[in-house]
Amino acid sequence: MRLYVKALLLCALLSPSAGFTAIEAYEFKNKQMEADYIKLVDELRCLVCQNQNLSASNAELAQDLRRQTHEMLMKGKTPDQVVQYMVDRYGDFVLYRPPFKASTLLLWLGPFFLMILVLWLVFRNIRSKQEIVPPDASSMQRAKDLLSEDKTRENS
Amino acid sequence: MRFAIPLGVFVLMAGLLGYGLTLDPRKVPSVLIDKPAPAFSLAKLHEPEKVLTEKDFLGQVWILNIWASWCVSCRAEHVIITRLAEKKLAPVIGLNYKDQPKDAKRWLQELGDPYDASLMDIDGRVGIDWGVYGVPETFIIGADGLIKYKHIGPVTQESLDAEIIPMLKQLTS
Repeated sequence: MRLYVKALLLCALLSPSAGFTAIEAYEFKNKQMEADYIKLVDELRCLVCQNQNLSASNAELAQDLRRQTHEMLMKGKTPDQVVQYMVDRYGDFVLYRPPFKASTLLLWLGPFFLMILVLWLVFRNIRSKQEIVPPDASSMQRAKDLLSEDKTRENS
Repeated sequence: MRFAIPLGVFVLMAGLLGYGLTLDPRKVPSVLIDKPAPAFSLAKLHEPEKVLTEKDFLGQVWILNIWASWCVSCRAEHVIITRLAEKKLAPVIGLNYKDQPKDAKRWLQELGDPYDASLMDIDGRVGIDWGVYGVPETFIIGADGLIKYKHIGPVTQESLDAEIIPMLKQLTS
């Protein structure tokens, strides 16, 4: 029984709706519009509490922007038009997924560049450790002597 | 020499992180700079039957200060906005954002009214068009109707002297 409650709690915590503090009850014309709405409010950032998306934030601005999103969808705007509307007013920062352009090049490509750099360093390091340096003549002779010594001892 | 690379990486990281600490993440650069002032049509606070639009201000430099009676830092900013208005460099228009007219009137009565006109944006829709995400915010709009400057958060004496007044003098000269 206890385990059951724990499992239920875990499910509640892990489900994406746990962050859904919205109390508005919006009606949509169809399922697709509702899906678009949910996707939009998940991907747009609330600028007041910057680490929350519109769906998770209960700030006044987030409520207003949810209302705006809903209204625009109901008026037949596409999700892309809603996103453009928000970007025109609040900038790329309103997007949780920044667009790929010159000013975000480092952001998008930086991690890959770093990964290649690190891989190159690691490979170089491993290879330098694997290089076999031929022993010089005197140590070679000594090794041979030791081996032959062993052999004579075994034979005797 | 063995430590050159790790040390270099450390210094680079420390430098970048240190620089990051000096930035204010709440200051999101406005995309509206050098763009036309967003359209609005709002009733005046004291004469609700009169409506002003952005076109009424074309041909002159003006200041739009967005405030609300529920906004604590607006109260702190009020004295600075009053100083700005007294300089008479440009008309200062107050945009009363998501507020109740009676609260706004009481606030202005109590602290003094520095605004040449006060407009009401009760449901915050005009605020969205102007990209407002926290009050107070202050815009300077040029005679050509383009937004020249945006200040996020309360205007301080320093930002007034260092940025706003020089900008206004440059635009009006």
